[in-house]
Amino acid sequence: MQAKLILKDGTEYLGQSFGAEKPMTGEVVFATGMVGYPESLTDPSFRGQILVYTYPLIGNYGVPDKKFWESSRLQISGLIVCNYNSTPSHYSSRQTLSEWLKKEGVPGLEIKDTRGLTLKLRDHGVMLGKVVFGKNDIAFEDPNLRNLVAEVSIKKVYESGKGKKTVALIDCGAKRNIVRCLTSRGLKVIVVPWDYDVLKIRQKISAVIISNGPGDPTMARVTLDTVRKILAKKIPILGICLGNQILTLAAGGTTYKLKFGHRGQNQPCVLSGTKKAYLTTQNHGFAVAKIPNGFKEWFYNANDNTNEGIIHKSLPVMSVQFHPEAAPGPTDTDWVFDEFINKLR
Amino acid sequence: MKRYRKILVLGSGALKIGEAGEFDYSGSQAIKALKEEKIKTVLVNPNIATFQTSKTLADEVYFLPVNAYFVEKVIKKEKPDGIFLSFGGQTALNCGLKLQEKGILKKYGVKVLGSPIKSIELTEDRQFFADHLKSIGIPVPPSGSATDLNQAQKIVKKISFPVMVRAAYALGGQKSGVAHNQKELKEIVEGALAISPQVLIEKYLHHFKEIEYEVVRDRFNNTVTVCNMENFDPLGIHTGDSIVIAPSQTLTNEEYHGLREASIKIVKSLKIVGECNVQYALNPNPKNGKLDYYVIEVNARLSRSSALASKATGYPLAYVAAKLALGKSLLEVKNKITQVTQSFFEPALDYVVVKMPRWDLEKFKGAEEKIGSAMKSVGEVMAIGRSFEEAVQKAVRMQSGHNESITDIDFKNKDEVKHFLATPTPKRIFAIGEALKGGMSVRAIRKLTGIDEWFLFRLENIVKAETNFIRHCEGVHPTQAILSQKKIVSSSRKDMAQSGTPRNDIRSSDLLRLKQLGFSDKKIAQMCGKKELEIRQMRIELSIKPSIFQIDTLAGEVPAKTNYLYLTYHGGHNDVAPLGKKAVMVLGSGPYHIGSSVEFDWSCVYAAMALKKHKKQSIIINCNPETVSTDYDMSDRLYFENLSFETVADIFEFEKADSLIISVGGQRPNNLANRLAKEGFKLLGTAAQNIDRAEDRNKFSAALDKLDILQPKWQSFANIKDAEKFAEKAGYPVLVRPSYVLSGSCMSVCYTPEQLKDFVLKAGLLSPEYPVTISKFIENAKELEFDAVAQNGNLIIYAISEHVENAGVHSGDATIVYPTQRVYASTEFQIKEISKKIAKELKVTGPFNIQFLVKDNRPYVIEVNLRASRTFPLLSKALDANFPEMAVDAFFGKAKKFEYEHPSHVVVKSPQFSFARLSGADPVLRVEMASTGEVAAFGKTYNEALLKSILSANNFDFQKKAVLLSLGGEINKVKFLEAAGALLDLGYKIFATDATANFLKQQGIACQAVKKASEKSANALEVISDKEVSFVVNLSQPRFRPVESPLKRRLTKGFYLRRAAVDNQILLFTDLHLARAFVKSLENYSMEDLEVKSYKQYFTG
Repeated sequence: MQAKLILKDGTEYLGQSFGAEKPMTGEVVFATGMVGYPESLTDPSFRGQILVYTYPLIGNYGVPDKKFWESSRLQISGLIVCNYNSTPSHYSSRQTLSEWLKKEGVPGLEIKDTRGLTLKLRDHGVMLGKVVFGKNDIAFEDPNLRNLVAEVSIKKVYESGKGKKTVALIDCGAKRNIVRCLTSRGLKVIVVPWDYDVLKIRQKISAVIISNGPGDPTMARVTLDTVRKILAKKIPILGICLGNQILTLAAGGTTYKLKFGHRGQNQPCVLSGTKKAYLTTQNHGFAVAKIPNGFKEWFYNANDNTNEGIIHKSLPVMSVQFHPEAAPGPTDTDWVFDEFINKLR
Repeated sequence: MKRYRKILVLGSGALKIGEAGEFDYSGSQAIKALKEEKIKTVLVNPNIATFQTSKTLADEVYFLPVNAYFVEKVIKKEKPDGIFLSFGGQTALNCGLKLQEKGILKKYGVKVLGSPIKSIELTEDRQFFADHLKSIGIPVPPSGSATDLNQAQKIVKKISFPVMVRAAYALGGQKSGVAHNQKELKEIVEGALAISPQVLIEKYLHHFKEIEYEVVRDRFNNTVTVCNMENFDPLGIHTGDSIVIAPSQTLTNEEYHGLREASIKIVKSLKIVGECNVQYALNPNPKNGKLDYYVIEVNARLSRSSALASKATGYPLAYVAAKLALGKSLLEVKNKITQVTQSFFEPALDYVVVKMPRWDLEKFKGAEEKIGSAMKSVGEVMAIGRSFEEAVQKAVRMQSGHNESITDIDFKNKDEVKHFLATPTPKRIFAIGEALKGGMSVRAIRKLTGIDEWFLFRLENIVKAETNFIRHCEGVHPTQAILSQKKIVSSSRKDMAQSGTPRNDIRSSDLLRLKQLGFSDKKIAQMCGKKELEIRQMRIELSIKPSIFQIDTLAGEVPAKTNYLYLTYHGGHNDVAPLGKKAVMVLGSGPYHIGSSVEFDWSCVYAAMALKKHKKQSIIINCNPETVSTDYDMSDRLYFENLSFETVADIFEFEKADSLIISVGGQRPNNLANRLAKEGFKLLGTAAQNIDRAEDRNKFSAALDKLDILQPKWQSFANIKDAEKFAEKAGYPVLVRPSYVLSGSCMSVCYTPEQLKDFVLKAGLLSPEYPVTISKFIENAKELEFDAVAQNGNLIIYAISEHVENAGVHSGDATIVYPTQRVYASTEFQIKEISKKIAKELKVTGPFNIQFLVKDNRPYVIEVNLRASRTFPLLSKALDANFPEMAVDAFFGKAKKFEYEHPSHVVVKSPQFSFARLSGADPVLRVEMASTGEVAAFGKTYNEALLKSILSANNFDFQKKAVLLSLGGEINKVKFLEAAGALLDLGYKIFATDATANFLKQQGIACQAVKKASEKSANALEVISDKEVSFVVNLSQPRFRPVESPLKRRLTKGFYLRRAAVDNQILLFTDLHLARAFVKSLENYSMEDLEVKSYKQYFTG
């Protein structure tokens, strides 16, 4: 079955469908990672986005069991690849990528010139787009106007792990590996929805972690309010990705939208004031502009010098723009969890 | 950061199996990186054909052996304050370890830059290293090390069969293998202990995946993995002999990053500064679903894999490693490709890369075809595509230049296919193609081969497409298979491209799909009974053309200023605009193989660089990742592509280039001359029809007759009667060679009618289609090389060099001296005059080479090549003239006659053989080439240069004054007598085999008789295996040598003796003249007498 990817500027890419035959619209973004599609496709940060893989062969090792995903479902609005692989080979594969997409109603398209599309997005910035089948056209829709965080966040509080210390994780679209990273370090984690008031938790909370998530941080107003309250109480905070932006905004800084964002597994970050550099996984369209008072730059991007994290000058309050939990991507920065946890009383 | 004043770089010497052109690339990059920092550089490397030994690169170059003795002399003289050990392969590393051990580095205050020598030592000792890895929690296969068979057997008792046995301190897995039982264990352990004091025995991990990571670390502990690679073949086949794909294809995020994390941990623990390679075995079916892996090997230096990774990703590993060794951080080294980012990143690829080895096992008589844990390939190609199918099919075509697809090799029957599936050989991928064609299931093939199903499914995709297309073509036109050109032309392009209906017998969509699966026009044409050009024409009509994509290290994320390009049918745009008329394309040499090596890359690079002078931009096409020509900064544009007509034409037409240079990359590009010219592509230099006149034996012979130039009598024949008649008339011996269509890889000298019959008939050489050429073989003749550049038929520069061996030894295997030593001036004069005539007649413009036989002061022409020859870099350096640059000047009519004085020095080139790595191969010189590389040395005299040159390619111990002589035939005995006497005078103890000993004793030369080697009595063999002698002279009479029939092998006693010498790394001479010259040199020079002079000093005095 043939289908089209149509961009807001009118460009059309004819492709072969391998996913659900269901028209979809979203923000078209590209990611440069070469492995880890099951993790990325279930990463809630991709909510509302039509994802283009620059790596040309996708589907090689099928789809693993649900428990290895980063959330309970596919989060993307559509998947664009150069070559879809219908004959995966891996002991952990439970279904093909095509079967998965079809089951969950997500369109997938093989368009060959993904490089041309990537260069376009790089030069013009991210663009709205839609996948259409035959004459069933749909309208373009900007997912960033929606409260994507509310869409992907959990609805009910739950607990995970055992430990002497308890931390709260505000789920703005958290990847499961954040919880795994915390529990494996001997913490009990209470995961709460994005709009939950952490201070209402009756147990003693040693720290709050603000998770990654999709879209524009200014949309997560309720979370911002919560974080302001936590800051006032001087409870230790670790922000990740969207959490970095939320902490920035809550503490009085500003954010802005990047031209085409950082989406990949090879983003170099430097620990400010040192020659130490780390490779990180990233998946964000917004970034920190003004660092709030009382904070300083923690990391910066070695390629474009954008902010990659902030840290409070005296308190155990910090955040990173990258994903220390990896999955997918390099595990260089999982020490961030250790560093943070060591600072907890 | 300490400032270094002068740094010594060690090269890797001659190209050999396991250590090839990749170190020319890495050394050159290192020197460039140092030059940028304004640090003086000194290079020791006897490989004269390399780019790194150019005058323009290092400040001082020493064409001397890379060993502790000579390097110490160089250190004493040059007083460097730093040394680079990791850019010259195992040779440089071993030399560095020796220098350290002897305290030489400390004595002269030379600091080892890059990874600490302690770490290198650690990685080189298998047991210590295994212990180290275990201590940091990295798993290694259960193993143990042994220094004798008894110990080995004890270890195996503990870890049980099958086991992998490896030799410590050895190049490219030399002498290692898998043992399934006691007998195999004994064989392998003994073989390994012959070359190494220690063997490591480990659990053999059956059908595990083999994965590699290339890691870079700076002294600030910043570490990245530049590239990971997956072997197509499962564990057990040396990575140098495996098809390799980058990045890995069948690894999940957890596996990819789990192994990445382990790599970084290892590299950090070793405090590597620069580059390091880590190889893993990965369990494809872990029992508990947890990452299950073992570290197999770590190389704390630049390697073949790092060269591949560098070309595969665009990340200049060697350059970066050199900067890091100086103390810079990765963040301080700019990304040369993007020019805006830096070197602390891991390239994101938006393509896949397939590396395929090039073997030449058929060139080594008797060599085993089976491949395994010891590397046997002599070169490799790298193909880039946007699907595995596209890349692997490209690689197949690049590899030999003869096969179009994985279905191109025929097998006799199903049993043979099964055999080639179960037994890894160079044919395995073709056997898979054939098995799939015959309907064997992917699962069944997986079981036999251990190759991951992912790869097999991809190959099945190719085979299915082929089968379906053939069926379709037969269905559409069961009788007529010729495309109606008119039909295509008249149909609307757009209509055809989009409708996909069979307006013609070939659907546009089918054609596009086949191209995306990597099928060549030629193959498609074969499948549907058309001609290649018809398919090409059709493609162009339908606008089915490849896209030109850049390799930019970041998958398009950052705008890149890169000139590094490839072609793909999985695209819809071009990343670059055509260069147009200011561009000239230079065709490279393709994979290194026997007969085509780094020397052609050298010519290619210099030709490309010379274009600038003529205000032209250079476009290089080449597919060999071990080359300097495929470096990002050697040309204005680099296409990492095949040297086929289709690809060259596609690129030319896209670029709208001015012209093509086909005469500097060896025979492969030269073979395209006719086709390209016929299709109207403009070739620079000698006209294609004149190239054809030189290549076509009949036409060439006629031309020589017309010019009244002597040539050995010859004739083509298609039946044995004619051959016998000719041989009777011309007289034996005769030289027999198949038509060049069959790759000419099978030549032989026949001394008797029986040998002739045996060779011709049994080899199955005869067919009416491809006649065989027979020529008079002139015995005891000298062979001379004439190399030159001409412009419109007039000589611009020329040089005559002389073979030390008599004619009958391939020029690639011969020891060559310049200037000539034993040639009359009148002969040289005649040669020059003949060459002038030939140049005039063929209107030569550009490089050319003529090979002469000289008998009784009469020169015979045996071959003319209207292209740069193997000796170009040698002669360019000997004369301090740049032959390829002059050739380019000649192309543009701007060359000026080169005047030079007779040199006051002598240069001798010696071949490098890799017989030690090819079990079963007979190390004897023949008309067919078998050497894998060469070295050369300068000297005050012929003897001095010869001695240095031989020392550069071989181990030789001056102190051990003992020799083994085995001289076959009366003539050899008599002719070597004087030399034997000289050895005795030098204090040598002479061991001699029975008949030789009798003869010598009769002549009053004291010697110890040993029984000639045979399987039963091993007296002479023991002298060798106990390393009692420093060299062996084994002369046999060619006429009694068994004929070189590919089907028949007779193992002579001489074979066992030669083999033993090679296996024990003892210098072996099988040629009378060379052996005598060597003895003469020993008479005149001791080790201490050999001058340590830099290349420049030979010209400035």
